[in-house]
Amino acid sequence: MIAANEVTKRYPEGREALRNVSFAITAGEMVFLTGHSGAGKSTLFKLLAAIERPTSGSIVINGQNLAALRSNAIPYLRRKLGLIFQDRKLLFDRSVLDNVLLPLAIVGHPPREALRRAQAALAKVGLPNRERTLPIALSGGEQQRLAIARAVVNRPAIILADEPTANLDAVSAAEILHIFRAFQQVGVTVVIATHDPLSLPSYRPRILRLDKGAMSEPAHDQAAEEAVP
Amino acid sequence: MSIWLAQHLAALRDALRRLAAAPLNSLLSLLVIGVALTLPTSGWLALDNLRKLTGDTPGVQQISIFLTLDAGKRDFADIESRLQEIRAGSWRFVPREEALKRLQASEGMAEIVASLPRNPLPDAFVITPGDAQPERLERLAKTFSGWPKVTHVQLDSAWVKRFDALLRLGKLVVMLLGILFAGALVTLTFNTIRLQILAQAAEIEVAKLIGATDTYIQRPLHYFGMLQGLLGGLCAALLVTAGFHLLTPPVAELTRLYGANFALQGLSGSDVLILAAIGSALGWLGAKISVLIHLRRIG
Repeated sequence: MIAANEVTKRYPEGREALRNVSFAITAGEMVFLTGHSGAGKSTLFKLLAAIERPTSGSIVINGQNLAALRSNAIPYLRRKLGLIFQDRKLLFDRSVLDNVLLPLAIVGHPPREALRRAQAALAKVGLPNRERTLPIALSGGEQQRLAIARAVVNRPAIILADEPTANLDAVSAAEILHIFRAFQQVGVTVVIATHDPLSLPSYRPRILRLDKGAMSEPAHDQAAEEAVP
Repeated sequence: MSIWLAQHLAALRDALRRLAAAPLNSLLSLLVIGVALTLPTSGWLALDNLRKLTGDTPGVQQISIFLTLDAGKRDFADIESRLQEIRAGSWRFVPREEALKRLQASEGMAEIVASLPRNPLPDAFVITPGDAQPERLERLAKTFSGWPKVTHVQLDSAWVKRFDALLRLGKLVVMLLGILFAGALVTLTFNTIRLQILAQAAEIEVAKLIGATDTYIQRPLHYFGMLQGLLGGLCAALLVTAGFHLLTPPVAELTRLYGANFALQGLSGSDVLILAAIGSALGWLGAKISVLIHLRRIG
């Protein structure tokens, strides 16, 4: 489903954010991408979301090589991904419902069907009855739930989340991870980038660890065992 | 309903929402566009009325053929068939009796005409050529003067030439005004759309990140430009019509004093549609250029 092969990302000023990163994620997996700040997690997130292109190497998602993807095909790829950004990127002048309706409007769902789907997505993340509220009135955890609802409303096969538990208390973080786990259990591939080893769940997830732009070996459950108290 | 149509309707609704979101700003923009379109439209309408006024006035853009006093019905028929043959335009036969009556009706002429022993006026044809170019009129006048039983051909070439030059100058001025104000309309829409893009940069960025195509983002902005231009065009039509209603009574009075029967002609329904279409097209152009330049910087 997701395959990265010898991916390197070098920025114009010469900084190498990623170096020869390779991994494969199969459909329905839940994978944590860990590493310290500056390890390259967000860069990898941007490459997976086709926000940036790799300098060399290839990233293949659902059989599509992102390096060879034409610019006008990128929006259609992103519609198949559920993207959750570190800063959430919510529209604070729009209601909770309007935020969730946006991806449906982009795809062109009929208004009635869109409303039904948006309400279902809000219910799934535990935000029913908050449709008319403005995001500014929500707590950090609720805003993150809203970002998840917006990401999943188009029923993507892959969810990519960049630091979804950052700035949340332990209870809220656990609830957010529980939501991701629920999606994974119904077959959605979930990739979560996090710098906080304490935010890793108690079960043994698959972990890909980045260190100074390179994949540290071995990338397996050992890391999770170290992280879980 | 297809997705394509649904998205166009949604974009139109979005554009209307943006217009309604800042009513005062929208109203001011529409007024500026309306005034910008009013000036060239008024100029065009004035020229059109001038052309009609002079076209209906004897001696201007018309050629009169005076026949000899012994010309009879067969000669009239011969002249008519010749006029038909060379497609001279439209014409009207003025019998000498009618010409005399008209002369009598003119102020101060009744007594003079009554003192005449007989009708001195000849039968005549008044021709209004389809093509009013001075060269064409002169050519026609020369042709008419060679026909049998024609004693005099009257064409005020100098006046026709002066009038034609005046009309051409007027057309040029109206065209320049049109280009100038069209540029102003495009610039105004360009700036309005730029401000819209700046104000909604966050929304545009998010939409792009979650799969919106450039077309999806541009569509409501294009509609906004088109709507603004369209409503500006209608506003111009309203202003021109209001001016027309104000000017109609004094112009009618003036022309009546000169013995002419002329009524100002305002904008027709199709003129209003054309004006709205021009405004809409210019608004779309301004939005298109602005979107191309400013949207590239986001996301």
